[in-house]
Amino acid sequence: MQTATDTVIYNRAGQRVVSPDYLLFEAPRTKHFMTGSEAVKEAVKRASVDASVSYPITPQSEAAHLIGELWVEGYVGVYFRGESEFGVMSEIAGCALAGARTITTTSGPGTLRAFENFPMWAGTRIPVQLVLMARGVNSPLSIQPDNLEVGFLLDTGCMIWYAENAQDLFDMILAGFVVAEQPDVHVPVITVVDGFFVSHTREAIMLPPDDIALPPYNPYRAPMPVIDAEVPPGRFLRDPFVMKSNYISYATHASWQWEVRSAIERSRPYAKHYLRGLIEEFGDPTAELVFVACGTAAAQAKEAVRLLEEEEGIKARVVKLKTIRPFPIEELRQAVKGARYIFVPEFNVVGWLEREVRRYLYGVSDAEVIGGPRVAGGMTMPAEVIVKEVLKLTGKEVKHVL
Amino acid sequence: MKRSRVNIRMPALGGQGAVTAAHIIATAADYEGYYAVSNPFFGAEKRMAPAESYARIGMTPIYDRGEVVYPDVIMVFHPQVITMGKSYTMPFYSGIKRRGLIIINTEEDLLTEEDKEFLESLEVKVLNFPATKFAIDIAGTELSTNMAMIGALFGAIGVVSVEAIEEGIKSRFLKKFVASGGTASLDSALERKFKKKLELIEKNLNTAKAAYELAQRWAQEQGLEPFLPPPPKKVAV
Repeated sequence: MQTATDTVIYNRAGQRVVSPDYLLFEAPRTKHFMTGSEAVKEAVKRASVDASVSYPITPQSEAAHLIGELWVEGYVGVYFRGESEFGVMSEIAGCALAGARTITTTSGPGTLRAFENFPMWAGTRIPVQLVLMARGVNSPLSIQPDNLEVGFLLDTGCMIWYAENAQDLFDMILAGFVVAEQPDVHVPVITVVDGFFVSHTREAIMLPPDDIALPPYNPYRAPMPVIDAEVPPGRFLRDPFVMKSNYISYATHASWQWEVRSAIERSRPYAKHYLRGLIEEFGDPTAELVFVACGTAAAQAKEAVRLLEEEEGIKARVVKLKTIRPFPIEELRQAVKGARYIFVPEFNVVGWLEREVRRYLYGVSDAEVIGGPRVAGGMTMPAEVIVKEVLKLTGKEVKHVL
Repeated sequence: MKRSRVNIRMPALGGQGAVTAAHIIATAADYEGYYAVSNPFFGAEKRMAPAESYARIGMTPIYDRGEVVYPDVIMVFHPQVITMGKSYTMPFYSGIKRRGLIIINTEEDLLTEEDKEFLESLEVKVLNFPATKFAIDIAGTELSTNMAMIGALFGAIGVVSVEAIEEGIKSRFLKKFVASGGTASLDSALERKFKKKLELIEKNLNTAKAAYELAQRWAQEQGLEPFLPPPPKKVAV
């Protein structure tokens, strides 16, 4: 808290700089009604952002465009249009290497076009934030919600956080900068939401005032110097190890990859604090039937928990994962103690979250893991479908939903 | 059984403003004190192609997202939804819940005997309502069709007041003019725009109000009960 002797600091936009804890947890909040894309704008507005790059294409959300409006209003230092998604993700890296706090957004095919850059971001240890509004990536083309692309991103060396709704997204974006910029973390953070279900959906959200903001990014706290052609990361971009086929270059590459993953591990205590835990639990804690999910799948599972309780008298609960990288291993193991059945509902065909859940529960939990229900390509997952899946398991007759 | 949530599906054609309608419906319901979420859904749609929006209004926090597969209310924004099958679901009323409501923007009865029989078996009420004609007569433009549909919805389900609808419409069309961080200024150019906007809002409001009153009378004749109990007293913030 400020005392009379403290110096009040203002950022570029004239907003009063406050601590991340004050902004996230203590500042009074008022209710607003807005879309997920608008929530991105509100978060960026309070984040003392230095640079953002955008590429306008379908599928996109309004988020990148709204960040442009913030630039016009003086809240964002630099804003320009990239030549393509690949251009955007490269240029945003350049801004970050030069010591800027950066954010951009993408989704679906755009993510894939830009893909080479994500492991590059991680390897150069830049704390870029990417807001990913997951949309389909398959042929036949879909631009509807489908989070297969998140499965592709899991091992890029970026932190992956998953927001359920506009409120989560707002808070996660602010927390994302704070955690990603810790000197012992300093890797990119990808904050994911499901396209349409969050980006285009309008709902109530609690916001702190907009005349306060995060402290500006201090690039001199970075574990690597800001861009300099003679020392890493500039040096190894200019003169990569691959040019020297010898054991030292291989070992440097390998150890650096370990280091990036270790950096993600080191983000745990910070993420725990700023996200108020890596998981969220919903429903009767004694229930033997557990849904493990993230994003909209968690939201739909919450509705299913209500339906199961009210209409079938079956107790169930949801364990919502807020972070996927780092994966909340201990939290999940604790949360599913006493579980008999674990359903993993997902918005993709492959079940990447089921694989993660199985991997970390193997040999630890006796519960039966059921990968499903799954929908994809833009399909909705009505709570009734989840209930039906559960009733099939219990051998109960499925009643007409009317 | 009393409802605790109203799920609304709005099959429309691209360009009719169903996305805007969904947002205004949810904003108005939120203002009234209910929990509300609006959720448009579209692909790379163009004018006259099928486009759908959804709104959910409830007594408890709403997690549910995506298409409304089991609606309590269906608002058909254009006759072609029925006559040409421009709908995401066939028939357009698929999934309708017992004691549901269908509002159709039409000047004539478009349902077959078979449709009527099925809907009657579920005690679903149908309001044929010429929303576009209403919009042209009152606002002087068919662009206000969505406003007429919003008014008809709230008049029929009887849970959201005209005052809240007004608030919803204003919040959609009256953006704050923030010139730079922390300073709001209205220069003369913006002021002129502002006046135009106020006129637009006025026309939209009148259309919605007239439709509200018509649907309210209809609901009384039909003996429709309000679709939800009074709004939960949400914590004032």
